Amino acid sequence: MYVAVKGGEAAIDNAHRLLAEARRGDPAVPELTVAQIRAQMALLVDRVMAEGSLYDPDLAALALKQARGDVVEAVFLVRAYRTTLPRFGASTPVDTGAMAVARRISATFKDLPGGQVLGPTFDYTHRLIDFALAAEGTVEPAAEAEPRDDADTCPRVTDLLTQDGLIEPSPPDDGAPAGDLTREPVDYPADRALRLQALARGDEGFVLGLGYSTQRGYGRTHPFVGEIRVGDVAVEFVPEELGFAVPLGRIRLTECQMVTQFKGSGAAPPQFTRGYGLTFGQSERKAMAMSLVDRALRAEELGEPVTSPAQDQEFVLAHCDSLQATGFVEHLKLPHYVDFQAELELVRRLRAEFFRDSDSMQEAAE
Amino acid sequence: MATRPLQPDPEEIAARQAVMALCADANRDDLDAAVKALAPPAVEDLRPPETGLVMATGRIGGDGRPFNLGEVSVTRAAIRLPDGASGFAYHLGRDRTKARLAATLDALWQDPARRARVEAALEPAARRADADRRQAARRTAATRVEFLTVARGED
Repeated sequence: MYVAVKGGEAAIDNAHRLLAEARRGDPAVPELTVAQIRAQMALLVDRVMAEGSLYDPDLAALALKQARGDVVEAVFLVRAYRTTLPRFGASTPVDTGAMAVARRISATFKDLPGGQVLGPTFDYTHRLIDFALAAEGTVEPAAEAEPRDDADTCPRVTDLLTQDGLIEPSPPDDGAPAGDLTREPVDYPADRALRLQALARGDEGFVLGLGYSTQRGYGRTHPFVGEIRVGDVAVEFVPEELGFAVPLGRIRLTECQMVTQFKGSGAAPPQFTRGYGLTFGQSERKAMAMSLVDRALRAEELGEPVTSPAQDQEFVLAHCDSLQATGFVEHLKLPHYVDFQAELELVRRLRAEFFRDSDSMQEAAE
Repeated sequence: MATRPLQPDPEEIAARQAVMALCADANRDDLDAAVKALAPPAVEDLRPPETGLVMATGRIGGDGRPFNLGEVSVTRAAIRLPDGASGFAYHLGRDRTKARLAATLDALWQDPARRARVEAALEPAARRADADRRQAARRTAATRVEFLTVARGED
């Protein structure tokens, strides 16, 4: 049990002033602007938006500045901010098939309608530190080429496989509203929609580790990247007073369709099954890991033995949130004096009993 | 006076959505310039501009059952012109001034007599958005890749 403490006000005030100075760092070095963070630490901003579960690049950049670059602290700030805002409603589901693609790759088919485009990627770079970046300089403008005629039509790879019945279809839209874990606590077993919401806002490192564990044999699924696409999609919302879909603007998303082997069961023929990942921003690692864990969490549904952490939905969902995890771990550093005092008393009493018993045993032996 | 038809005409709605999308993509300066050029009469708030959240939803597998992906910050505004026409805006982000400007443009656009002028005032923003999209597409196109599988030489 945690018992409140009081006092320390002046020290706390001064600690926060010291924090402000430490945040600013050497005043001889120019201060970072929110616009600089947003533009030049874009993938970090994307991560804070994904785990903060709030798409607002300026706000995420500001949170990162305030948090001195600490991702989980920035997520905390963003989550706290969102609790101050009213919810207008839910968007109509975004259509990732109509995405203005900035990157699209497939590890399963080399020739796709619409083609594969690498976009701005670290893939195939040599991972050598570029010391030229330490100096300020101008960047060579990006190359341009005329888009081919088919560039505007990028069917999902999974759609191509669906046509042949080789892959399971997506679960159909039955019109039922999706559960929302920000509104009601999660009841287990949680359905796939709720699991995807939790994974989309889950800690990238945790979800990555779980995804990796499935590859190493803890709930193996034989995955292939059917497709990864990164790009902008329009978000629409139907306000009551208008009764038609209002375009809110565009957001950047990363989608991963993981295609996995399935030998079939008594009820289902052999076919490929799917894991799905979708995240705010450009966040391929997260989307891929999410799709691996999504598939692993379908073990029971697909009649596979549930033997590994990544297949255990309560383990995954209850521990994937970086804010919940940090809250419980970090609360341990707050003063627990009363609590500990009680423990101290207990250990003293047990020790006294232990030595009294061993003394009397020794006496008896003698 | 601009009146909304009782039976909304799908074409009319689509055209209004297109102008709304253009305003959502434009920046505040674009909208400010457009409103100034149109010199509307005094605008009254139907509802003060307000920032809130919309839960963005996706679909499982891209095309299946919906799920909640995460929230987006949205700012809305609702205004009324002296002639009674009302205008609405819902935009990503937290810019109340921009949302109010867009709501003003929405109200003006609904008046058939003003429609052409509103669209003309938004023309520079539309042109720039189009040029940006085209350039992004050209840059992406330059990274289009053709992978070849290499024969392994095992007869």
